[in-house]
Amino acid sequence: MSNSNLTRRGVLKSGAVAGAGVALPTIFTASSAAAYTNEPTGGTVTLGFNVPQSGPYADEGADELRAYQLAVEHLNGEGDAGMMNTFSSKALKGNGILGKKVEFVTGDTQTKSDAARASAKSMIEKDGAVMITGGSSSGVAVAVQGLCQEAGVIFMAGLTHSNDTTGKDKKANGFRHFFNAYMSGAALAPVLAARYGADRKAYHLTADYTWGWTQEESIVAATEALGWETVNTVKTPLAATDFSSYITPILQTDADVLVLNHYGGNMVNSLTNAVQFGLREKQVNGRNFEIVVPLFSRLMARGAGENIKGILGSTNWHWSLTDAGSAAFVKSFGTKYGFPPSQAAHTTYCQTLLYADACERAGTFNPCGVAEALEGFEFDGLGNGKTLYRADDHQCFKDVLVVKGKDNPTSEFDLLEVVEITPVDQVTYDPNHPMFAGGALGECNAG
Amino acid sequence: MDAILLQILNGLDKGSAYALIALGLTLIFGTLGVVNFAHGALFMIGAFCAVTLQRLLSLSFETVDPTKTDFLGNPAKIKTPYIESWLGPETGAAIIDWSVPLAILFSIPIMLFVGYVMERGLIKHFYKRPHADQILVTFGLAIVLQELVKHYYGANPIPTGAPDAFKGSFDFGVVLGFDPNLIIYPYWRMVYFAFAAVIIGAVFAFLQFTTFGMVVRAGMADRETVGLLGINIDKRFTIMFGIAAAVAGLAGVMYAPINSPNYHMGMDFLVLSFVVVVVGGMGSLPGAVLAGFMLGILESFASMNWIKDILPGIDQIIIYLVAIIILLARPRGLMGRKGVMED
Repeated sequence: MSNSNLTRRGVLKSGAVAGAGVALPTIFTASSAAAYTNEPTGGTVTLGFNVPQSGPYADEGADELRAYQLAVEHLNGEGDAGMMNTFSSKALKGNGILGKKVEFVTGDTQTKSDAARASAKSMIEKDGAVMITGGSSSGVAVAVQGLCQEAGVIFMAGLTHSNDTTGKDKKANGFRHFFNAYMSGAALAPVLAARYGADRKAYHLTADYTWGWTQEESIVAATEALGWETVNTVKTPLAATDFSSYITPILQTDADVLVLNHYGGNMVNSLTNAVQFGLREKQVNGRNFEIVVPLFSRLMARGAGENIKGILGSTNWHWSLTDAGSAAFVKSFGTKYGFPPSQAAHTTYCQTLLYADACERAGTFNPCGVAEALEGFEFDGLGNGKTLYRADDHQCFKDVLVVKGKDNPTSEFDLLEVVEITPVDQVTYDPNHPMFAGGALGECNAG
Repeated sequence: MDAILLQILNGLDKGSAYALIALGLTLIFGTLGVVNFAHGALFMIGAFCAVTLQRLLSLSFETVDPTKTDFLGNPAKIKTPYIESWLGPETGAAIIDWSVPLAILFSIPIMLFVGYVMERGLIKHFYKRPHADQILVTFGLAIVLQELVKHYYGANPIPTGAPDAFKGSFDFGVVLGFDPNLIIYPYWRMVYFAFAAVIIGAVFAFLQFTTFGMVVRAGMADRETVGLLGINIDKRFTIMFGIAAAVAGLAGVMYAPINSPNYHMGMDFLVLSFVVVVVGGMGSLPGAVLAGFMLGILESFASMNWIKDILPGIDQIIIYLVAIIILLARPRGLMGRKGVMED
């Protein structure tokens, strides 16, 4: 009879440990058979579209999703190919990506970081998504970008405007086509000074979270550099709905400009309240009181109605642009859905094409190969003129639009007019600029 | 001084909304003993009654204008509201412009019906269940209602303007001897405050001076005895539920021009309104109104910059802080009655 140390409990324990080890999700480590996370092995490749399908930004999420579906159609050779015809890179052939038909799965971010991470994780782990894209909030973008970095997949950010996304929170696996708060300030300030004068006194109301802080910081710096004085900066809670008690104190100051660093419902309500309290009719020192909304969105402009008329702001793209790329995209989107696309739809469509193009040029879906193809990539024909995906921070550099609420709109979509296209040089900054300091891209992670 | 006056005015319209919602909540709690977490959703449905009427009045037919093009370069389709075609451009446009006040009439039968269906279809099954069950089921109902509204109207706020006659603001400063443009108050907010005062007065008069109201008050005080007298108190309480729903709906209709309606506006008001009810005293109608205005004004004052400089974040917690202090000093709230929720 052999003497053994085996016991029933020991066997069970060992079995449980071994079982848990085998069952561990392979999300954070590439399996031994695959060279990288979710390497496509069949005839298809899966992309993950993570957009707000519920919550306050659901309408923007819906428009993003429409654009993604359009991009997938075009990549698979269906439809009129849209901006693939005008894109300066000719690597895309309309036969999917690297010959694999493009399929997609969707997730609902709910505009909540934890929900967005959970849906992205599910798409990577369960659906085998090789790339995640989307979002209509900087908080969500930063959270999902971090997850994708850990998981070893590429993250192509959607609508995120905070400096932090490609600043202190930038990641090697993350890329942003959308412009940022610094660029808004750099584009807007000269127009504000030219139209309203260089000796204005500004009062800021700012949404109290990462995007609002960087937006306020950027506009304050840009306007003060041109001679404006900042009278006060007041943080408003993100959950605020009635801004009257934040707006009335402005009447007691000598400020002659109100800057609303608000987005979404906050912007709609604060602007509506400001107009109700007569700020647009107010005269200070013989000059008209002015209101500025640094980040404009057509979908938000609809909510603000006629209050938006004459108000200056900035935007990443607008459907009224007449360049070949914009015209092709508006035609594709408008024909399919019956209305023009928003800037959120534009940036997500572009991101999908840019990702697919990078895969084709790299000859792989390996995120490190894709990242290398995107870094320093210069392109044109996607609606923003010549654009650079800067290698230092994975931020796109392109012209920025300064827009104004249209005085006499001809339709429910015709709400903004482009008053100036600010050249890219004017909005370019050093990678080590203090507003973007504190983070590092790190190493690309293939899983 | 001018800043203080301005914040008092600000607090009045905010307080009006709190008071109207809290009044409805208290009516339901006082009569049926139900803690109705779907009451904010009724406020939201009221606001969307205004949106709906505006859309109905703006229903249009399309004609092609070959001289203009749409965003795709096709001949533009020009929309003309049917009402302008039928009644003439000026009359039609004026009716559309007055859609929010007209929505008061439009919303009353809708809200009474919604209230009736809500009470008969769901809430009556929870009368004898614990308050926790009532809160859960009505909160669930509120989420269902707001998701339905989001599905049909979208997630973005929908601009619903006041009539042109009430756009702009009144300069109280000039009247009171201050410099111009120091104490400005929008006309529509003044209308809202006056409207709230009329509705609150009407509810109190209805309860105080009508036989129906007298029976309801008797039922609130002693339901069992009123029932033993052969009066069908349940039926009257169901009607009161409908009236409470209508009050919340009317508060929502008139609020639409102040902040563009969106699907979660009810939730924004719900929690604060419950605090108002508790501070006022559970089941006390005058308490709900008093606490509504008091907390609205206090919230306004707490948003003043110099106060926030001394106490950062006070604007976010002032209502809850005051609620704690009042409940410590007066556990039944400002005007609460003995025996309510004390078993």
